Amino acid sequence: MINVEDLHKSFGKLEVLKGITTSIEEGEVVAIIGPSGSGKSTFLRCLNLLEIPTSGKIWINNQEVTDKKTNIMKIRQDVGMVFQHFHLFPHKTALENLTYAPMKVRGMSKQEADKLGQELLEKVGLANKASEYPTRLSGGQKQRVAIARALAMNPEVMLFDEPTSALDPEMVKEVLEVMKSLAHTGMTMAIVTHEMGFAREVADRVLFLDGGVLVEDAPPAEFFTNPKSGRAKEFLEKML
Amino acid sequence: MNLDFTSILPSLPYILKGIGITLQIVLLAGLLGFALGIIIALFKISSVKLLKWFSDAYTSIFRGTPLILQLALIYYGSPQIFGFQIEPFAAAVLSFSLNSGAYISEIIRAGILAVDKGQREAAMALGIPYKRMMWDIILPQAMKNILPALMNEFITLTKESAIVSTIAITDIMRRAYIVGGHQYRFFEPLIFAGLIYYVLVMTLTLIGKAVERRMRRSD
Ligand SMILES: Nc1ncnc2c1ncn2[C@@H]1O[C@H](COP(=O)(O)OP(=O)(O)OP(=O)(O)O)[C@@H](O)[C@H]1O
Ligand SMILES: [Mg+2]
Repeated sequence: MINVEDLHKSFGKLEVLKGITTSIEEGEVVAIIGPSGSGKSTFLRCLNLLEIPTSGKIWINNQEVTDKKTNIMKIRQDVGMVFQHFHLFPHKTALENLTYAPMKVRGMSKQEADKLGQELLEKVGLANKASEYPTRLSGGQKQRVAIARALAMNPEVMLFDEPTSALDPEMVKEVLEVMKSLAHTGMTMAIVTHEMGFAREVADRVLFLDGGVLVEDAPPAEFFTNPKSGRAKEFLEKML
Repeated sequence: MNLDFTSILPSLPYILKGIGITLQIVLLAGLLGFALGIIIALFKISSVKLLKWFSDAYTSIFRGTPLILQLALIYYGSPQIFGFQIEPFAAAVLSFSLNSGAYISEIIRAGILAVDKGQREAAMALGIPYKRMMWDIILPQAMKNILPALMNEFITLTKESAIVSTIAITDIMRRAYIVGGHQYRFFEPLIFAGLIYYVLVMTLTLIGKAVERRMRRSD
C-alpha cells in the first residue's frame, strides 16, 4: 500500500528525517511513536506531500508520489489527514465541512454529498450536530467531525497526527473509539500518538522514531514488552 | 461674528444633490478598488517573483504620492496619454479605484496572512486546488477579520472624495463652494457640507457595525 524508501527531509541545515525505509500494508494500522522533535509529524506530512521530501521515494498504491510528474492534488485527495488541532473550517457548519471537498473536488452533487455527510456524522456519533458551527462544538466533537471530513473523500489511507493531544482528558476516549471502529473496518491507518495503551491495543505495528531515524519496527506485543534498543526502553520508561 | 444660516436655506437642496454624486464615485471606486485590492493581494502572496515585485511597486507608488496628484495626472494628463480628454467623473472613479486598490490590497494581504496556517494545510490535505482554497476557505475568513479596516478605508474614501471638486465635479464640496461664491459667504455652506459628510460617515460606520455583527454569527 505505502512504500517508503530512504526518505530524507531537511529544513535548511537541520536534517529531520535521516533515511527512513518502511512499508505499510493495506488494512494495516501503524502507530508511530517517539520523543518530541524526532520527526514523527514530518514523516507523516511527507506521505501526503504537505512536506516535500529532500530525497528518497514514496509509493502509494504502486504510484510513485515523489515522482515530479505525479499530480500531488490527486494523491492528497486519496490520503485523509487528521490534525492535532482539527483545523475545521470555522465559517462552515459541521455538515458543510464534510460536504465541501466531495462537492468541489470530486464533483459530487449536493444531494449526494449531504447524504454521505449525514451518514458519516452518524458514524462518528454527531448526527444531531450537522448544522452547528465548529465553535459550538467541544474538542472531542470537533475532532470527530475532522475525522468524518477526511473520510468523506473516501480515502485509501488515513493519517493521524496526535489526534488526541489537544483534547481534555475526558474527551480522548470518544475520539479513540471512533478511530478504533475505523480500524475495524479495515482502513489503512498511520497514527502518530502518545497514547501507548491505544497503540498497544489497536496497532498492528509500532514504528519508533528517534532523531530522524527509524529505530524500531515491531508488533506492539514485542515492542512494548521487549524493546530492542536502549533508546526505546528509555522512552517507554518515561511514558508508562 | 457675522453668521446667517437662513441666507443659505434656499440653496440647501442644491448642496444636498451633491450627495448622489459623491456616493456614486465612492461606491464605484470602492467596489472597483476592492476587486483590484483582492487581485493585488493575491499577487503579493504569490510565489511568482514578477507578480510580487509588480504588486509591491504598485502599492508603494500609490501610497507614496498624494491622491490629488494621481487625480490630476489622470484627468489633465489624459489627452497626452489616452489621446482624448476623459470625463471628470471617469477620471475620479479611475484614480480613486487605483488608489484605494493599493490600500485595500495591504489590508487583504494582512488578513490572508492572519488566517490560521492550519486552514491552508487542512485544505491542501483534502486536495483542494489553490484557487478554490483561496476563494472558499481563506478569503471568507480573512474578510471577517478585516471588515473594520475595510470600512475605515471606505470612510476615508468618502472624505477624500471631496478633492474631486478640483476637477469641476459638482459633488457636495463643490456645490458648497458654488453657493458660497454666490452669496459671498462661505462659512455657512461649508459647515453644511461638513455636516453632510459627517452624517455619511456615521451612517457608514453604523452599517459596518451591523454587517460585522452578522458575519460574527458563526462565532
Ligand atoms: N517547517 C519547519 N521548518 C523548520 N523546522 C521544522 C519544520 N517542521 C519541523 N521542524 C523541525 O523538525 C524537527 C522535527 O519536527 P516534527 O514536528 O517532525 O517532530 P515530532 O516528532 O512530530 O515532535 P512532536 O512530538 O513535538 O510533535 C523539530 O526539530 C522541528 O523543530
Ligand atoms: Mg508532531
